[in-house]
Amino acid sequence: MIKIENLHASIDGKEILKGLNLEVKAGEIHAIMGPNGAGKSTLASVLAGREDYEVTAGSIDFDGTDLLELSTEDRAREGLFLAFQYPVEIPGVSNINFLRTALNEIREYKGQAQISAKEFMAMVREKSAIVELDSKLASRAVNEGFSGGEKKRNEIFQMAMLEPKLAVLDETDSGLDIDALRIVANGVNTLKSDQNATIVITHYQRLLDYIIPDFVHVLYDGRIVMTGTKELALELEEKGYDWIKESIDA
Amino acid sequence: MAGYTENELAKDLENQEYKFGFVTDIEADTVPIGLNEGIIRLISTKKNEPDWLLEYRLKAFAIWKEMTEPEWAHVHYQKPDFQAIAYYSAPKQTKKYESWDDVDPEMKETMKKLGISMEEQQRLTGVAVDFVMDSVSVATSFKEKLGELGVIFCSFSDAVQNHPDLVKKYMGSVVPMTDNFYAALNAAVFTDGSFCYIPKGVRCPMELSTYFRINAGGTGQFERTLVVADEGSYVSYLEGCTAPQRDENQLHAAVVELIAMDHAEIKYSTVQNWYPGDKEGKGGIFNFVTKRGMCESHAKISWTQVETGSAVTWKYPSCILKGDYSIGEFYSVAVTNNYQQADTGTKMIHLGKHTKSTIISKGISAGKSQNSYRGLVQINKAAHHARNFSQCDSLLMTDECGAHTFPYIECKNPTAKIEHEATTSKIGEDQLFYCMQRGISEEKAISLIVNGYCKEVLNQLPMEFAVEAQKLLAISLEGSVG
Ligand SMILES: Nc1ncnc2c1ncn2[C@@H]1O[C@H](COP(=O)(O)OP(=O)(O)O)[C@@H](O)[C@H]1O
Ligand SMILES: [Mg+2]
Repeated sequence: MIKIENLHASIDGKEILKGLNLEVKAGEIHAIMGPNGAGKSTLASVLAGREDYEVTAGSIDFDGTDLLELSTEDRAREGLFLAFQYPVEIPGVSNINFLRTALNEIREYKGQAQISAKEFMAMVREKSAIVELDSKLASRAVNEGFSGGEKKRNEIFQMAMLEPKLAVLDETDSGLDIDALRIVANGVNTLKSDQNATIVITHYQRLLDYIIPDFVHVLYDGRIVMTGTKELALELEEKGYDWIKESIDA
Repeated sequence: MAGYTENELAKDLENQEYKFGFVTDIEADTVPIGLNEGIIRLISTKKNEPDWLLEYRLKAFAIWKEMTEPEWAHVHYQKPDFQAIAYYSAPKQTKKYESWDDVDPEMKETMKKLGISMEEQQRLTGVAVDFVMDSVSVATSFKEKLGELGVIFCSFSDAVQNHPDLVKKYMGSVVPMTDNFYAALNAAVFTDGSFCYIPKGVRCPMELSTYFRINAGGTGQFERTLVVADEGSYVSYLEGCTAPQRDENQLHAAVVELIAMDHAEIKYSTVQNWYPGDKEGKGGIFNFVTKRGMCESHAKISWTQVETGSAVTWKYPSCILKGDYSIGEFYSVAVTNNYQQADTGTKMIHLGKHTKSTIISKGISAGKSQNSYRGLVQINKAAHHARNFSQCDSLLMTDECGAHTFPYIECKNPTAKIEHEATTSKIGEDQLFYCMQRGISEEKAISLIVNGYCKEVLNQLPMEFAVEAQKLLAISLEGSVG
């Protein structure tokens, strides 16, 4: 699905990613953990093609295409989705209009016909049920006046609507109470198939009780420094990151 | 969901040049350039006007000659040479059209380019269009149906001929010829426009719509519109403009007067899309308009405008809230791009008790443009318990453009409640990135965000107009983020 090799990226001349390697195959869920400032959100932004970041070395192969050659919108249209750590508000633009526009742009890119209003509304009903999103929220302005939890659920709702090949969830669990966490996790699990893949960026082991990862990676100082299974997450939870720092810095 | 497809928008976005920049090749009947008494007499004769109207014009001309052109701090332009303008231009038309089939094919083509095919409009939208091309109305529809209700909707010239009493009574009653430089000029040389009268208690069953068009090169256009809503009546009036692309600046100085009698309501909507000049700021229309409405008791006037065109716009649709419990509203979106300059706003003059006004102004500045909001809320001594709410938002698309807000409040009655809110924001990188991460192109993202920002105003427009307005916003902001 995606193969990242020796990725170096910097912002304002400061190198944040320092030779990152990661491969995710279809049907897999990967968790990326790591201390604050390690570069997790930077990785998500670089994958999505945020212009502020400069890729200085390395390559990213996304299902056979060179991801770094694509514009932000074309990456999305190729099936890359980012659930934002801090979703922005777009006043006056209804979620529905926003999503219909996005969906139709993706369809147009793929040479498909525009979605009919009827088909679209049926889809909205079906997908909003997955994350138990109040249908009222679907017709409200994008994230405007949403609670923290509603914003995160809305991200998963959008993911469900756009049906990406690869979804990157950046701290989607932060700020969620246990019920919301279960709903979000349930959404991710429902949408999982052997055709798609998910990268879950998180701080806490807690989410991984609900979304069972195939692999857990530790991102530290711009590199993946350790890879394991779910047990690694438990170990990190217990011991913190200091032992990793020590073993790296040593 | 909006009845407007994003596909249409995409198509429009492909068209980088000013969409309506074409010239209709119709023989025009033009008077010599220049302005003097002789010209005014000639216009009046050509239009076969009664003596009182000629006298009105000559008086206005005398007043205008004594006036000096106003100056504003935030508007800079090459002042028009009033002697280099031809004050009358009419398509050479010997007979009036009996039916749509009789209309000049070239004219039909023009209308098609404007996207207002009459057949379509008549069938689908129930809009009665009074199409003004270069000062003379050439096609009017739905006359009969309106006639049954006693609604008069015709060109100003026709009204002068057929309803002289109404014209004489109300013309200049809200905007006197002495009002300002451009109003005086208009009173002297106006050529045509629209007239509308809604009888007592009649709710006009369709949107009344006039498409204005400046066509002959170098011809100033001086429109005059008079809308009279008698007691307890209602009318929604639409005004839309496009102009062909021209090198020299064209002057437009219209006067619009609205009269809402007791318990009457007038909704007046404008989408203004005149040629703004090219990317270097060359050419474009100068738009100096005086628009004002008078509200008697329990009457309501709403001005809604979407301004995307013109090189220089100077315009303050206003309400005189004379009657108790009358209501004035102003909803405005003004977009400026490249070297455009707009100085717009409103005046709400509260005279009656319990009068209420609402002002929602959304300015969008792009390129190197300057966008000013200038508003006056005046609460007079006798206006007990008057209320005003104003919200003025500015959205900046680049670092080189400017937004200025000048809210003036004059309050002479302590029972008044006045609220004012203002914000200025730059279009968000984060918002754009968010949209683009969902597969939406940058142009479309801008259009989405801007339309969202203007939603409160666009919501006030009738559906078909809102669609057109959204497209115009997208077209005028192409490639404007920086
Ligand atoms: N504009 C910037 N200029 C310099 N450093 C930045 C900038 N933005 C983020 N950083 C730094 O990049 C590092 C990685 O940040 P981030 O990817 O958000 O970490 P994480 O998501 O793992 O907590 C941090 O040290 C942060 O301070
Ligand atoms: Mg982060």
